[in-house]
Amino acid sequence: MANFDQELDASGLNCPLPILRAKKTLAGLGSGQVLHIIATDPGSVKDFEAFAKQTGNELLESREEGGKFHFLIKKA
Amino acid sequence: MDQKKLAIIATKGSLDWAYPPFILGSTAAALGYEVQIFFTFYGLQLLRKNLALEVTPLGNPGMPMPMAMDKWFPVLLTALPGMQAMMTMMMKKKMAAKGVASIEDLRTLCQEAEVKFIACQMTVDLFDLDPADFIDNVEYGGAATFFEFAGETDICLYI
Repeated sequence: MANFDQELDASGLNCPLPILRAKKTLAGLGSGQVLHIIATDPGSVKDFEAFAKQTGNELLESREEGGKFHFLIKKA
Repeated sequence: MDQKKLAIIATKGSLDWAYPPFILGSTAAALGYEVQIFFTFYGLQLLRKNLALEVTPLGNPGMPMPMAMDKWFPVLLTALPGMQAMMTMMMKKKMAAKGVASIEDLRTLCQEAEVKFIACQMTVDLFDLDPADFIDNVEYGGAATFFEFAGETDICLYI
């Protein structure tokens, strides 16, 4: 896993909470900083792709590991 | 790029139907949309400080029930006293277990994201509702108020 500046554990949360929490956490980061999100909601895989596309924040990585989904999002 | 806009009309006052307006409103706001929700008729129940929303299996053949009751339990018996309270309790328990946010939480998230809530003045008068029972930061308006914003939106939903 690449480096990140902050981590958000959204495990156990369902739609749309992982996205809402991520948005809130990203607001506290500076441009170019990276947020690592952990989620268990299978819907979050497509949702974070869509979130990145629509907000301009870059989805650097999206992968599944040990039944959890990991995302790296770089703030625009 | 101009900011996208979403308008929602919320007309239903049951626990299940309370979800779509607040889920879509909060998510759209997180995606950068400007959002307004216009609450009318039974949808005004969603603005109460103390929410008492329930679900009912009555007249809803699509509602999954515990122990597959939706398959064998006589429809008439879903009208028995206490059934609605029981189904509401079970639904809330299931939602909590699956990590689904409460309506109170989603509503707060909407307000934090500056989703604008507008209560239909006509329905407030019609049902003698007391604005003091509603949460703060609710505006009041009519159909023309709704169209002022809705006419400029990218997405407009009736729920």
